[in-house]
Amino acid sequence: MVGPEQLLQLVLVGLTQGAIYALIALGFVTIYNVTGVINFAQGEFAMLGAMLMVSLAPLGLPTPAAFFLAVAGVVVVGGGVERLAIHPARRASVVTLIIITIGADIVLRGLALLAWGTDPLPLAPFSAGPPLTFGGAFITRQALWILGTTAVTLAALYAFFEYTYPGKIVRACAINRLAARLSGISPERMSLLAFCLAAALGGVGGVVIAPLTLVSYDMGLYLGLRGFVAAVMGGLVSAPGAVAGALLLGILEALVAGIWKAAYKEAAAFLVLFVILLLRPQGLFTRAVARQAGL
Amino acid sequence: MRPGGDTLALAGLGLGVALVPLGVTSQYHLSIGVFIGIHAIVTIGLCLVMGYAGQISLGHAAFYGLGAYASGLLTTKLGANPWAAMAGAMALTAGVAYALGRPILRLRGHYLAMATLAFGIIAYLAFVEFKELTGGPSGLAGIPRLRVGGFVFDTDRKFFYLTWGGVIAVVALSLNIVNSRVGRALRAIHGSEVAAETLGVDTAAYKLRVFTLSAVYAALAGSLYAHYLSFVSPPTFGFIASVEFVVMAAVGGLASVWGAPFGAATVTLLTEVIRDVMPRLLAYASGEHEVIAYGLLLILIMIFVPEGLTVGGLRALRRLGRAGRRVPAAP
Repeated sequence: MVGPEQLLQLVLVGLTQGAIYALIALGFVTIYNVTGVINFAQGEFAMLGAMLMVSLAPLGLPTPAAFFLAVAGVVVVGGGVERLAIHPARRASVVTLIIITIGADIVLRGLALLAWGTDPLPLAPFSAGPPLTFGGAFITRQALWILGTTAVTLAALYAFFEYTYPGKIVRACAINRLAARLSGISPERMSLLAFCLAAALGGVGGVVIAPLTLVSYDMGLYLGLRGFVAAVMGGLVSAPGAVAGALLLGILEALVAGIWKAAYKEAAAFLVLFVILLLRPQGLFTRAVARQAGL
Repeated sequence: MRPGGDTLALAGLGLGVALVPLGVTSQYHLSIGVFIGIHAIVTIGLCLVMGYAGQISLGHAAFYGLGAYASGLLTTKLGANPWAAMAGAMALTAGVAYALGRPILRLRGHYLAMATLAFGIIAYLAFVEFKELTGGPSGLAGIPRLRVGGFVFDTDRKFFYLTWGGVIAVVALSLNIVNSRVGRALRAIHGSEVAAETLGVDTAAYKLRVFTLSAVYAALAGSLYAHYLSFVSPPTFGFIASVEFVVMAAVGGLASVWGAPFGAATVTLLTEVIRDVMPRLLAYASGEHEVIAYGLLLILIMIFVPEGLTVGGLRALRRLGRAGRRVPAAP
């Protein structure tokens, strides 16, 4: 039987994993809200963040500097994907654009394979030291970094959307694209901004998770699909919904793996996606009325 | 496309299929031909779903796998006749697709893409995890070959004819559907779901039927695959395979049943060529790097010829023809 301490341990592990899913899920929500596209390359942004961090580590830069460089690199890639692949096809149907993001996903994964090879790469935790104890459960220092970074990123994102001009424009675009356009907002620039933002979120997630797992070129698909499930759990249009969905998903996976069998973890995530689509396609936390079909 | 032109094109395809094995004698090339046929059958179904009903399926490899595993299990574990197993696999897959599509296709938007994605991954995990039944990662071997009386489809040449016979049947059936009331209803749904509904088209019912039919095609292809190789294992039916089928459909062109065989042939051949050429161009490149070219191709086609190579190519030909006619008229 699972004791309360073990349960707490599993929940902590799940929350850590869920925090990463949350960052990736927010990328999905941002791009979907602004452009109506489901960006299947989202997980590769996390992979690139992790890979760049691993490559920057031997240069001996202080961790924050390496962190920002890695995330900036991913933002450049995200902007590049939008300019080179999405922008030229901006008048095409959403189905076409989604297929393009699948193509971008394949290219990014292939380029990473070319640049970094197939061997999984290790990265040292941001701060060394033994795990801390918390109510009888252990929590690694890197897990604290992950939770802390996610919290700071979410706060920054909230501030960006609520209090800055560009943030308000993105929100206007998400609420009603046509009305935003009529007010002089360029949907093309918003699309670029959304991809850069989503790339930054994915990049941050990849950078902080790198020390926890071995980094490999094919980790993006795994992370991207989890982020997608989390975003759908939250209804695909809601940022708080996506974060809540991600944390729930992380905890669920940890519980399934800890109590039942590790191999069922993956099936559990997609069974959840499946059941939610069947029973509550508008997401777990939104009312059905709140969801409107896009323009 | 006029029905008359389609009949002519079907006859042309039949003639081509009859002639290819006379010219191509290498076992390797014939086996590529068989795979192109098998992929084409899946892709035609996907074209109907994507091009005519406007929905993406990211889980068709699951139906393909369901057909392959059902056929393999019915023959190896229950000793069923391979043809009966093929029919059983198609019926089973139809049931699964119907049950999956029924609640999902009532919703508007990308819900089918999400649901099929989840379904595809769950099916793949089931193939891997139910080891007692499917053999798990090491696969299921010893699937018997198809036979009619004493005639066994045991060579690449015989199987080539069988597979492409299947392709022709599937193309003919699909063309009939597309050129009928059902096809017009589907095109209306693709144009505007709301408008179609206003005109009395039961959009959900039509989408469900075409989705189920496409799953049955995939099951037929999977069953052919199983009886051709006598061996199935999970990687053939994973998420990447589902994406590859979408690529084939997109490359061929979503708005035409004829695009599917071309898309399947282009992508299958290209994969073989890249796998062959890449390591020679880059010393350290392995066959796995083929995916880069693959992804780039997909992006470029979607940007420049979103209607696919068949329709785009035809339009370019027509433009060339017009330009050619105009030249002599110029002073």
